[in-house]
Amino acid sequence: MIEIISLCKNFGDHVVLSNLNLTINTGETTVIIGRSGCGKSVLLKHIIGILKPDSGQAFIDGKDIIKLTGRTLSEIRMKFGMLFQGAALFDSLSVWENVAFGMMEHDHKQKDEVMNRVTECLGLVGLSGVEELKPAELSGGMRKRVGLARAICMKPEIILYDEPTTGVDPIMGDAINTLIRELHDKLKVTSVAVTHDMTSAYKIADKIAMLYNGRIIAVGTPGEIKNTRDPVVKQFIHGEARGPITIGG
Amino acid sequence: MLNIKNGIQKLGEKAIEFIQYVGALGIFMGEVAFWLFHPPFRLRQIFRQAEKIGVSSLPIVSLISLFTGMVLALQSAYQMQKIQAEMYIASLVALSMVRELGPVLTALVVAGRCGAAITAEIGTMKVTEQIDALETMATNPINYLVTPKFWALLISLIILTIYANFIGMIGGYIVGVYKLRIPHHMYMKMTFEPLKHSDIRNGLYKSVVFAIVICIIACFEGMRAREGAEGVGKATTSSVVRSFVLIIACDCLLTAFMYFIGR
Repeated sequence: MIEIISLCKNFGDHVVLSNLNLTINTGETTVIIGRSGCGKSVLLKHIIGILKPDSGQAFIDGKDIIKLTGRTLSEIRMKFGMLFQGAALFDSLSVWENVAFGMMEHDHKQKDEVMNRVTECLGLVGLSGVEELKPAELSGGMRKRVGLARAICMKPEIILYDEPTTGVDPIMGDAINTLIRELHDKLKVTSVAVTHDMTSAYKIADKIAMLYNGRIIAVGTPGEIKNTRDPVVKQFIHGEARGPITIGG
Repeated sequence: MLNIKNGIQKLGEKAIEFIQYVGALGIFMGEVAFWLFHPPFRLRQIFRQAEKIGVSSLPIVSLISLFTGMVLALQSAYQMQKIQAEMYIASLVALSMVRELGPVLTALVVAGRCGAAITAEIGTMKVTEQIDALETMATNPINYLVTPKFWALLISLIILTIYANFIGMIGGYIVGVYKLRIPHHMYMKMTFEPLKHSDIRNGLYKSVVFAIVICIIACFEGMRAREGAEGVGKATTSSVVRSFVLIIACDCLLTAFMYFIGR
């Protein structure tokens, strides 16, 4: 279980997260929605301990990741897989080296075994024959899928998705959504996705949380969120320019 | 009055920025020192980096040290000929190269060429979240990125400096023997006779310090890069400028230290 309690984060004078509380149950897919720049990615980075908050706690299976350092932090991070917004593939490594990175670093398995797992993961995201290519030789959508293959390669218990369908065509977006759903159904992984793509949110979410002004202002099932009366959530999910959320704000 | 107030405020802001920079650099150096002696040691990466830094710098180091040796011989000939002491040109070239110019010029070339490349590489990784990705996969970015570069730079710079000293002496030899008509055996004798072990050792001590400076500044500036391509560009520029200034400053301090204490 992931439990975030009173998380606050400022960048200079800019308040990003303000007393944020959120609970994500094990085996559940939670989608965090919100406008661009509202702090969704920052929240994900707090969950995996890349960013340290100004105050607050983030418990992963009962351990506050913010207080962890060294080996204990590494052990907790081994439970995670993360798909970054821009894929964040290592430029200097080939596709297979990228996907196999975690296994090569921590598992020390035979190359054949690693290659089999890499091929399996690339197959899951609909890629084959690209093992020897460098990330620069891939299209944006392919990079994203390699990023996803890398995120699932170590069979993580928790997967964080930062804008999983941004930058891919709608068909591939739907394939990624299906894959996220399958990972959830088959492997019972806990997933946290941040997105502003409502089609994706409705398809993959067990629970949707809306982040606004540094706080979670609404949490519910996709059905509950669709039928919400909250004017802020309503405006966001319907993508209306007029409403309580101003374009500049 | 308002101008003075603004001036003092800006000065204060700069002072705070400087203190923050030095503090962050100190913490970074501490982390690097920790990971230098903790596994994994990544030998394959060290050799790959050493090849990248050392082998690729050979042509430019050869060219610069050859010309420096030649210029040293020609410039000293201008004065030495007046007092008919041309044979001392060989000693002057050898000592200047080994004690001063070999280590400093090699360090400046490596800082300009490889230091900038290291900053650009790490800076790009930073702004494209590749460093965050390393952390999410429980891999320490300093262990993975900085320590192999540190060992590679240290090994490469020492070898390149010895090589630059040798090539510089060849440059001096070409001018001394073929232009100034100093006999071969005399030039060789006057090159190696005044050279003491301590001269070579002190020159190489400098290389060790310069390698540390280049690696720490290049990696630190890369890790601090912000705001996309422009930020990487700024980080690269400041990495080269700061490395150059620190190399010259360290050279001055080390030379003074060796002159007064370590002679």
